[in-house]
Amino acid sequence: MDKRKIEENIFKALMIASTCLILSCLVLILAAIVVKGLPSLDLAMITQTPKGGYYLGKEGGILNAILGSLYLAGGATILAIFISLPVALYLNVYVKKGSRLASFTRFALDVLWGVPSIVYGAFGFTIMLYFGLRASLLGGIIAVSLLILPIMIRAMDEVIKMIPEKLLEASYSLGATRLETAMKVVVRQALPGILTAILIAFGRGVGDAASVIFTAGFSDSIPYSLLRPAATLPLAIFFQLGTPFPEVQDRAYASALILTIMILAISITIRILTRRFTRHIVK
Amino acid sequence: MFSWAYIIVKKIDEIMQNIRLLKDKIAGRFMFFLTIFSGLLVFLIAIGLYIRSRPILAIKPLSELLFSTSWHPLRGEFGFFPFIMGSIWVTVLAVVIAIPLCLLAAIYLSEYAPKYIRESAKPLIDLLAGIPSVVYGVWGVLVIVPLIKDHIAPFFGTFSTGYCVLAGGIVLAIMIFPIIIHVSLEVLRSVPYGITEASLALGATKWQTIKYVVMRKAMPGVIAAIVLGLSRAFGETMAVLMVAGNVAKVPSSALEPAYPLPALIANNYGEMLSVPLYDSAILLACLILLLVVLLFNILARVVLIKVERSIQ
Repeated sequence: MDKRKIEENIFKALMIASTCLILSCLVLILAAIVVKGLPSLDLAMITQTPKGGYYLGKEGGILNAILGSLYLAGGATILAIFISLPVALYLNVYVKKGSRLASFTRFALDVLWGVPSIVYGAFGFTIMLYFGLRASLLGGIIAVSLLILPIMIRAMDEVIKMIPEKLLEASYSLGATRLETAMKVVVRQALPGILTAILIAFGRGVGDAASVIFTAGFSDSIPYSLLRPAATLPLAIFFQLGTPFPEVQDRAYASALILTIMILAISITIRILTRRFTRHIVK
Repeated sequence: MFSWAYIIVKKIDEIMQNIRLLKDKIAGRFMFFLTIFSGLLVFLIAIGLYIRSRPILAIKPLSELLFSTSWHPLRGEFGFFPFIMGSIWVTVLAVVIAIPLCLLAAIYLSEYAPKYIRESAKPLIDLLAGIPSVVYGVWGVLVIVPLIKDHIAPFFGTFSTGYCVLAGGIVLAIMIFPIIIHVSLEVLRSVPYGITEASLALGATKWQTIKYVVMRKAMPGVIAAIVLGLSRAFGETMAVLMVAGNVAKVPSSALEPAYPLPALIANNYGEMLSVPLYDSAILLACLILLLVVLLFNILARVVLIKVERSIQ
């Protein structure tokens, strides 16, 4: 056989092996979490808050952290929508194609997307010090909303960019203003994509720990006020794993399984949404 | 009578028209401010952290902070060198592990793989990107740490607790697979098919074409992809915090514990307000982290924009 062919075949085998290795990482991670987490997962975990001595191995659950994460990510997502949607619409409807402002903003957002979440946490913390806030649900919401802002804007921007120019022109020619075009044509046309962007950001908010470590604090009760500290699921996992007691560590694995299931559920919903929510789309 | 009604209707219509235009203008202003805000957010963050870290910068020279190895907050000594070296060790190891695997996988997926494999691999890689970093940390503690303790360290004839640079490097490498592969695939896809055809027509094999033509053309973009992965690894916090060992000493081998910068920040949020200058030092660490990541990101994004322009 040709020497060149041998080299090609060796590299092809290496490529297939690396692809398999990378994909098997996903399987390995999910399998390890399921195998370790499933035995200690029970109903009490998701229906009770921690009782006294929970972190020493006594009974209770992590309902406080599950709800805390949902409140936090939900609040942050809503806050981020109010900034993201106007920005994404502005970049595509108000601003002319290829303008300096648009390309600068997109560049800044891409760079912002790479900023580590711990930095958002620390920045949120400095804002809170400035306003005299203590670690609270509100502080966490602010930090997480900044964290998911670039993700949400860029995801919305990408879908809105795809809308054919002709559709906007048709709307203008009927006498609609830019605002009316944006709200009644663009938003409707891009709705599935916008929902996807919101869910992506929400998933990121649920799973992030480093940004809330400074800002949201931790508490054993379900947060009932914005100014109270709130537990979050990732931090609950971290703290449970950090205890020296095997039964509490087992609960950390179960909590990791709960978090993974939540994230997987969100990703699957995103897939279904992108397929089904195409009613309003003019093809 | 009729003309009066007509004038009134006309007037109302005019007012409505003006209100619509006014709404359009006000909304435009509002959106403009939000756009400017999100564009400048990165500067706001840098300025906020700088203001908070000024107290310590006013007292200690930057060179001492960066290159001193003595970390004793209670004595007022803040040397970041062990943490910076810890970050560099972990990050470099992660990138060294990730580069060959990701490049081979990206080339396979874009050049060789049948369409159904490519289409089914993409969502799986997206899924890998979506796993929260704390779950990666749990997995590292469950699988990688015992693996190093029981198999890898004895294999090299040394002892390790398993919580070490190598554990951090492996977990981080897996965490940056998705971003490197994703960006590399985009870059490889942007290589014009014409030059591939030209090379094949000259009698080169597919692999020769990839090696000498496609990769040469795609190189800047691929390097940008790696740099993006590198900066992601440099700033990653929770997973590293959980597996790297957190001993404030410059590591001398991959089997020794490290204490990367993000782990330092995350670990000290509790006590930092009770010790003088401590909070300032921690926020300076954040600022250093931010500046390094910004530098890498800006370079990578500039290259990627050039790559994108060259195909249009």
